[in-house]
Amino acid sequence: MSDLFAVYQEHIGVWLPQLIEAAGNTLRMTALSFVLAFVVGLVLALAKLSPIRPLHLFASGYIEVMRGIPALAVLFLIYFGLADFGIIFDAFPAAVIGFGLNGAAYMAEIFRAGITSIHSGQLEAALTVGMTPMAAMRWVILPQALRVVLPPLANFGIALLKDTSVASIISAPELMLRARDLASSSFLPMEVFLLAAAIYLVMSLPVAFLTRRLEARFAHGVVSRGS
Amino acid sequence: MNNGSTAALLRVDDLHKSFGANEVLRGVDLEVRSGETITIIGPSGSGKTTLLRCINYLERPTSGHVYIEDRLIGEHWNGKTFQHVGDRELARERTEMGMVFQRFNLWPHLTALENVTLGPLRVLKKSTEQARAEGQALLDKVGLSHKANEYPERLSGGQQQRVAIARALAMQPKLLLFDEPTSALDPELIGEVLNVMRALALEGRTMLVVTHEMRFAQDVADRVIFMDDGLIVEEGPPAQLFERPQQTRTRDFLRQVVEH
Amino acid sequence: MLFWERFRDNLPYFLEVLIPAAGMTVRIAAGAFVLAIVVGLVLALLQTVRVAIITIVVRTYIEIIRGTPVLAQLFILYFGLTEIGIRFTPVQAAIIGLGLNGGAYLAEVFRAGIESIHAGQMEAALTVGMTPLSAMRYVILPQALSVVVPPTTNYSIALLKDTAIVSAVAAPEIMFKARNLVMETYLSAQIYLLVAIMYLIMSLILAFIARRLERRLAVSGASGAGRPSAA
Repeated sequence: MSDLFAVYQEHIGVWLPQLIEAAGNTLRMTALSFVLAFVVGLVLALAKLSPIRPLHLFASGYIEVMRGIPALAVLFLIYFGLADFGIIFDAFPAAVIGFGLNGAAYMAEIFRAGITSIHSGQLEAALTVGMTPMAAMRWVILPQALRVVLPPLANFGIALLKDTSVASIISAPELMLRARDLASSSFLPMEVFLLAAAIYLVMSLPVAFLTRRLEARFAHGVVSRGS
Repeated sequence: MNNGSTAALLRVDDLHKSFGANEVLRGVDLEVRSGETITIIGPSGSGKTTLLRCINYLERPTSGHVYIEDRLIGEHWNGKTFQHVGDRELARERTEMGMVFQRFNLWPHLTALENVTLGPLRVLKKSTEQARAEGQALLDKVGLSHKANEYPERLSGGQQQRVAIARALAMQPKLLLFDEPTSALDPELIGEVLNVMRALALEGRTMLVVTHEMRFAQDVADRVIFMDDGLIVEEGPPAQLFERPQQTRTRDFLRQVVEH
Repeated sequence: MLFWERFRDNLPYFLEVLIPAAGMTVRIAAGAFVLAIVVGLVLALLQTVRVAIITIVVRTYIEIIRGTPVLAQLFILYFGLTEIGIRFTPVQAAIIGLGLNGGAYLAEVFRAGIESIHAGQMEAALTVGMTPLSAMRYVILPQALSVVVPPTTNYSIALLKDTAIVSAVAAPEIMFKARNLVMETYLSAQIYLLVAIMYLIMSLILAFIARRLERRLAVSGASGAGRPSAA
């Protein structure tokens, strides 16, 4: 398609700045959702591991439900559904909350797997110097678990980056929405969407590459169940 | 040293522990006086390790009681029944008992010095300067002051175990529990750890040591306890137990050990 | 509460619209799943050939597909290809888009599975005179199967949920029909709640089937699980 090149030559000056600006929103949405998912996920993981039965049940229930429904459904519930009860969010915050709460369920499982992979002898040694289980979690288990979960966390972040494109369906201002607008106004969907896809690629590939290096390194500084 | 009283530092009363249908401790009674070094020997599965882990409540006994200086550990009496004690109270009780594990269990994300000072800093709430000074002194005592800033993965097994001993000592415990401290070590590294333990015994520390090192038991212990099948079969001063064992099972066990 | 009473009253009407839509969701997911397995297998096997140019092409394809959002790929297939005269129906675009995307993902799963078995087993097969292809067919792949089943079934559950995205190209599945219903009745909370419940039920059923399948394939599979115990 030699005319592909011609099309880009003509339009790229107009498209690229707009798409990059929208990509900034995508990155912001990803970062905010990631932080929300991280915090809520960590709390859920600790709750699920807790010996207090109601906490464990709540966390398990939350995780099961969130993992069984699409992120888009959560987004719709927050953006459209809550409006029925008078709680109104703009599309961007609704997306952040939706991805954050939905992602928290996946984060919780990542954290839980990381925490339980730490050898029990680590916990016991902490108990024998007089730490409570909570103190042991804070000073001995979690520091090690966080090292273990770094690769899965990074993978989650990359997936989240791509998933934010779904927020375009509720017209949240991010890259995919801008691409759709440009595609329909220019009648050149192929070229526009290819360009948008390339921008996603540029955003995600470096992180994916670093993650793979991380995965190779993670064994340092951790005593896992298998050792 | 102690003030001459013969009151027990540690008392274990009719301790039973079952794991499911398997009864591992079948009624153990034990008294340890301040300053005594006791070694516990016996075949695997005899319950030696479980006994140790019940004393500091890493395992909850199925029945029976543990007393440090006549104070109940892990439970409290509310007038009618014995109730389990909460996490915070249990943690406080554990500060009086240090433990050294077979597999060291050093915390890999912390240096040797940080391993030693974590307890004093976070549990005893000492100041950073004090904790560090005391920690350095303890590492010096076990011969590792030059390794203070090394991470466990860079230390040999013997060095790791010595750091583990310093870590246990940092909490200034009344009682030290050793769970087969040299069993996971290469033979040439066992000596350095036993030397540290010997020095501690000579200092007058109260120590309870589960071990297969018979030479150590003979040289250092005040009393040797032989356990088999969840019960204490025989106990006595090393000279008596090793040279004139009174029970058949003790004799059989010792003969097996010698033959290896 | 009033909300629940109204919800119960409206339920029959909602279900009348959404249950057929659920059928479409399942059809799309099933179609995409089959396509993904075929594509994934081909891509994984191509990588075992160890010819540099093939490996590079395949890996580049995989990296690109995995590094870009499904939605973008869907839009390119449904809207973009019209520029060169290829017009897919929404359902076709959905199945092809999700299938190609899943294929890139499963290619990695299959490749890891094959490589976890490869070396010594292949050598043993070659030494009894099998061709590499026969060895792959009779020795490697059967063993790789039990390694590969759990991630694949997990993928199928994720795929089921991902079908919600194809509502953006007007494929008549649950999410799309639900939006239409909302535009008609304005009852967002009730309808989307029902949608969530429907997806949850479908996921749980699929998860249940997946666990059963894993258990059955693990027993009859290789990696030593099938050998009788010494007791």
